[in-house]
Amino acid sequence: MDNLAKIIADAKSEFAQCADPAALENAKARFLGKAGALTDLLKGLGKLSATERPAAGAAINDAKRVLEAALDLRRAELTDAKLATQLAADALDVSLPGRHRSVGALHPLSRTLERVETLFRSLGFAVADGPEIEDDFHNFTALNTPENHPARSMQDTFYVEGGMVLRTHTSPIQVRYMETHAPPIKVIAPGRVYRVDSDATHSPMFHQVEGLWIDRNVTFADLKGVITEFLRHFFERDDLKVRFRPSFFPFTEPSAEIDMAFGDGGWLEIAGSGQVHPNVLRAVNIDPEQYQGFAFGMGPDRLAMLRYGVNDIRQYYENDLRFLRQFA
Amino acid sequence: MKFSENWLRTFCNPALDSAALCDALTMGGLEVEEARPAAPPFTNVVVGRIASIAPHPDAERLRVCSVDVGAAAPLQIVCGAPNAAAGMWAPCALEGAVLPGGMTITRAKMRGMESNGMLCSAKELGIDDDASGLLALDPALKPGTSLRDALALDDTVITLKITPNRADCLSVAGIARDVSALTGASFTLPSVAATPVTFDGMRSVRVEAPNGCPRFVARLIDGIDAKAPTPTWMKQRLERSGLRSISAVVDVTNYVMLELGQPLHAYDDRLLDGAVVVRFAREGETLTLLNGQVLQLEADLLLVADEKKPLGLAGIMGGEHSGIADDTTRVYLEGAFWSPAVIQGKMRRLGFNSDAGYRFERGVDFNGCQNAVERATQLIIEICGGHAGALSNVASNDHLPSRTAVHVRGARIARILGVTIPPEATAHAFTLLGLPHLRSGDNFLVTPPSRRFDLAIEEDFIEETARVYGYDNIPAVPSAHVARMLPDPEVARSRIAIKRSLVDMGWQEIVTFGFVSSLVESALDPAARPVRVQNPIAAHLDVMRTTLLPGLIETLRTNVNRKAPHAHLFELGRTFAHEGAGFAQPVRLGGLAYGPTLPEQWGLPTRDVDFFDVKGDLEALVAPAGLTTRAATHPALHPGRSARILLDGVDAGWIGELHPKLVTHFVLPKAPVVFELDVAPLEVRPMPMGQSVSRQPVVRRDLALVVDEALPVQTLLDALHAASPVHVIALELFDVYRGHGLTEGRKSLAILVLMQDTSRTLTDADIDATEAGLLAIARQHFGATLRQ
Repeated sequence: MDNLAKIIADAKSEFAQCADPAALENAKARFLGKAGALTDLLKGLGKLSATERPAAGAAINDAKRVLEAALDLRRAELTDAKLATQLAADALDVSLPGRHRSVGALHPLSRTLERVETLFRSLGFAVADGPEIEDDFHNFTALNTPENHPARSMQDTFYVEGGMVLRTHTSPIQVRYMETHAPPIKVIAPGRVYRVDSDATHSPMFHQVEGLWIDRNVTFADLKGVITEFLRHFFERDDLKVRFRPSFFPFTEPSAEIDMAFGDGGWLEIAGSGQVHPNVLRAVNIDPEQYQGFAFGMGPDRLAMLRYGVNDIRQYYENDLRFLRQFA
Repeated sequence: MKFSENWLRTFCNPALDSAALCDALTMGGLEVEEARPAAPPFTNVVVGRIASIAPHPDAERLRVCSVDVGAAAPLQIVCGAPNAAAGMWAPCALEGAVLPGGMTITRAKMRGMESNGMLCSAKELGIDDDASGLLALDPALKPGTSLRDALALDDTVITLKITPNRADCLSVAGIARDVSALTGASFTLPSVAATPVTFDGMRSVRVEAPNGCPRFVARLIDGIDAKAPTPTWMKQRLERSGLRSISAVVDVTNYVMLELGQPLHAYDDRLLDGAVVVRFAREGETLTLLNGQVLQLEADLLLVADEKKPLGLAGIMGGEHSGIADDTTRVYLEGAFWSPAVIQGKMRRLGFNSDAGYRFERGVDFNGCQNAVERATQLIIEICGGHAGALSNVASNDHLPSRTAVHVRGARIARILGVTIPPEATAHAFTLLGLPHLRSGDNFLVTPPSRRFDLAIEEDFIEETARVYGYDNIPAVPSAHVARMLPDPEVARSRIAIKRSLVDMGWQEIVTFGFVSSLVESALDPAARPVRVQNPIAAHLDVMRTTLLPGLIETLRTNVNRKAPHAHLFELGRTFAHEGAGFAQPVRLGGLAYGPTLPEQWGLPTRDVDFFDVKGDLEALVAPAGLTTRAATHPALHPGRSARILLDGVDAGWIGELHPKLVTHFVLPKAPVVFELDVAPLEVRPMPMGQSVSRQPVVRRDLALVVDEALPVQTLLDALHAASPVHVIALELFDVYRGHGLTEGRKSLAILVLMQDTSRTLTDADIDATEAGLLAIARQHFGATLRQ
């Protein structure tokens, strides 16, 4: 049976030289096929004695299992090699840029207003809206600013047909909201406003966020608390300072101008505010002895300038895409 | 209100430096807009007198001066100033002087002649911009006096932004009173003694409009020298308040206005005829004002007149023909109280401003007229000489403003401010502010003084208390109120969420003005009738936009000019239109897509954006609502490529390609696709309802229907949908084919039909019947044939 060992050695050597599955199947036939070397040996068993036969048969069967195992191994090797070649051919240049669409962005003022809304909503303020072409009553008279009041000259007004104005502030939304809602009232109203003014810090159209909180005991101290908390959260800076100083608005009493500063930087005007004037409450049938509260008007254009380092308000309205895309 | 700090300190002198004083003013409600030194720092500059002057032997433009600087011997100084002359007083920088900008004066030789100092111009000292020659000084000054002392240059010019309610602070004395209240420093007004009457002339006064003129005070001053020079100290204070010196009498009236807040007017008595009459103007009268303006008077303008003619616009501006001249010898001096109501609005209407009118329309102390006239009399006689006549004082108590005492409750102060102020502190504040009051426990009865026009209700006094108490001392309390959770309807979709959807699809938000050019509006729609702005800030911003298109197109133009290759722009904002007698102001969402659909890249072919790209983005934006488009024309759009947009069948806007004529008009390289939608329907989304998903198999059948080119696909799809049994769960167009194999004028539509029953497996018979049913609809209604 020395022959058997040689057959195994020959077969393994031939299998190893097969480069593809077809060649391997041919090689298999030469050893395990009908006319294969092992098959010939099996056929020769009959010539052996009964005593020799079992041992010789077992040896041949062992050899057959060895060859089949070698064959499986080689098959797997060939499959793996083929897959490896395929994978190598499939390889991508993963450094190529992705297939992309253009990236859009919110306007920086929308982004700012969204932030303002989110922060005030977290304090329970709802959001309201109002018209931009406004009547004299809501823009001035109901806000305790009668015709010819010198305070009207604080805001240079655009007039349109029919004696209407482009609202000079978002405060008329206060009035409109109180006309349709009973206290307690807690609302902010962002929107566009218009004044005859144009330079690096003034645009003839700009934005305001009006705030109004009316309840039984909403105080000036609450105003200070709410605004201070808002500004600290809006700017996310610990060195932010806020100050309230006496001022004048016909529709608030007491009135305050609100300034803020970063660290030791200069004071910047950020909002006008105050306790809602009793005449304003009476004009919408709210009893000022029962209800009181504060209102403020803040400048989101200014907030955004400070937050994003924009130094010319006109950039907001020029809409140069190279500028706007920075806010993606 | 602009004034000298030193002047203020003559009335109230708190122990605060300039910066701290300014801070106290600002934090007290009198906002400091600017505080700048009257002159920059310099040292060792004195008053000099040019004793004699001689030409320089070696330089044509230089001269050699002998200058008296108060020392034993005069100094020799070489000077090039053209106005240098013997006998002139001028600033002299001595050896060692440091001038603004850091220049140090040393002894030097100039072209061989020794020069021991420098004679200075105003500009060299930083006092003003005049560099034409030496600053001429008052010959009354003593040579050798420090120039800073002589001209009171160690002073600060403070500019306050006085709010319209605080007319009482449009005077130095008024500001001083507030400073006193805010700092606790004492306050003293100049004492004004009545000038003895030594002239017996008097002009009678007839006030025909007492409602407009509740008080009229006047007197004659005879025998004055109108050419007398205004004293340096007065000139300086006027100049530091931004007023030029004109003549002694006019300067005095301005000075007293700045000092006490009462505007005065001086007339040349020679030019008056008979009694002085206060009356409203008559139709057809004209008046030439001091500023040269000729007014056609209207009946609501109040005049000071004489028996023959108008003299001036009461409380606003005097007339040109009755003013003080160099040879005036008798002055008629007027100090009246004009009701704010008759002054308000007039200057705006007439298109000019005056210091007097500015004060009267805000309110001037109606008990201060006589004191101010006495103060001016005193100063005029001091400066110009003369004799005072008796005072006319015509008052109508019925028309003077009323001053009703107001109850101020301690509890109310605490409730409004959120802090308890001790009643002693409140009483102290009222005292410092000069508000007469009675106290009863925590409560007060306070009377507004005649100089204050902003104190009428309890809250006004609460503000005064708070101002003196200090806004800084009111705590900022974190909200301690009952928290109420905000309702948040799930079906609502915020405008921010709408914008973010578009942003996520690659669109860029823009914000443009509400006013646009009427030319652009009419180019976009010749029938548009936009709302006009009466006083536009620029000619090209003269109407309110009726659509968001102008801003989108203008933004595109700007960016195309800056070489932007493509743009997907949108704006969410109001548009404006006439509606009945009023205006409609709907919030709209407008968009514009231009250039390649996608940035140029390696992995995709470049293709310009078209109608269906934009429509697809809008479909995604409005989902789950259904968006359909129906061909319709629009004046701004390509007639074959424009449509109305329907949201769940309801008209909500339009979409289309910009009309080729407009593409040319706006000089655009190619046509953008634009749209505009109502925002309201986008702000609501249906509440989702979960239904169980069928486990039955899904069957797909494709139909290839050949129809006429003119048939809108949507019409066919709508009909097929309507005719579909419930087990048709989807019916989608997936291809449109024209050309080879089809007759001219026909198109082939490939439609996939998905079928699934909720409870059983559909049989072949079900499926075939469904398909046949759909085919039958297509055949009968639209002449469709099956494509072979």
